[in-house]
Amino acid sequence: MLRRVLGQTLGFVGYTIQYGCIAHCAFEYIGEFVVCSGPSMEPTIVNHDVVFSERMSRHLFKIQKGDIVIAKSPFDPNMNICKRVIGLEGDKICTSAPSDLFKTHTYVPKGHIWLEGDNLKNSTDSRSYGPIPYALIRGRVCLKLWPPHSFGTLSESPTQRIIKSPSDSDSD
Amino acid sequence: MAQQMTTGQRYLRAFVSGFFVAVPITVTVLDRLAYVARVEGASMQPFLNPGGGSECDVVLLNRWSVRNYQVQRGDIVSVVSPRNPKQKIIKRVIGLEGDFIRTLGYKNRYVRIPDGHFWIEGDHHGHSLDSNSFGPVSVGLLHGRASHIIWPPNRWQQIKPSLPLNRGPLDTEEKQE
Repeated sequence: MLRRVLGQTLGFVGYTIQYGCIAHCAFEYIGEFVVCSGPSMEPTIVNHDVVFSERMSRHLFKIQKGDIVIAKSPFDPNMNICKRVIGLEGDKICTSAPSDLFKTHTYVPKGHIWLEGDNLKNSTDSRSYGPIPYALIRGRVCLKLWPPHSFGTLSESPTQRIIKSPSDSDSD
Repeated sequence: MAQQMTTGQRYLRAFVSGFFVAVPITVTVLDRLAYVARVEGASMQPFLNPGGGSECDVVLLNRWSVRNYQVQRGDIVSVVSPRNPKQKIIKRVIGLEGDFIRTLGYKNRYVRIPDGHFWIEGDHHGHSLDSNSFGPVSVGLLHGRASHIIWPPNRWQQIKPSLPLNRGPLDTEEKQE
């Protein structure tokens, strides 16, 4: 009697461990669902939207300029930020405000990326805290799932902040 | 489905089901619990790799203890390099957020470590690519804490957190020079 209960408990524990590990691998290497909050990515992503962020691009180092990414906040690793990639390592970034007379530029250092929100007036991003290391990226947002009327892939950057270098392909 | 399977089909089935059990469990253990890594280079001499290039130390990295990003000053940790996301570097934690650090060769003489960052240094100053080159490192890049040296067998030991002499956060009284 006791042996049967023990056998069943061990079997249950074994299955839990196995499915837990499969779930970990799915969330870590395939993708995860993210609920976004805050106004910094309006109008592309608004408060309480649910998006799907895939992990493969990040592990294969295929994140590109113009992608929307989820990253760990550089000031609090338990918090996530959702922003658009404006520049990769080596890219030129315009750091002056549009109203300035003299334009200043900076180059993104090796191993870092420059993030900005789509809602430039209401977003704390690399314009205030500088470029962040690439390894803080968690995933690339590829699909918006909720609300249903805006289901689908996400649009291009509404701000004209991405400077296309001559080597970029003109396929869009 | 056929009533009887050939021996080959039975072995194939056993292999596939074993594969789908073993691979996720191994991957989860390496991601969440523990990791084994070989230490290369001379940046942590004389504590790690004292023999130079002849035999490299192998350390056990505890990933479970850093799941909440809690580290102590003096711990040896492995961190994803801010200069190269494909590489991991192993260094000692000298200061945590809020500490004042006297730097060795950084652009500022004294640095206050910002929130969510920490300061790492190799024990072998001058031969180490660490915070003295690229500044405070974000805690989100933390990969694991080195808890034991497991190879070579004559160097088997537990690694305890210890700050080197004169390398530590400054107390507010010391800064009056």
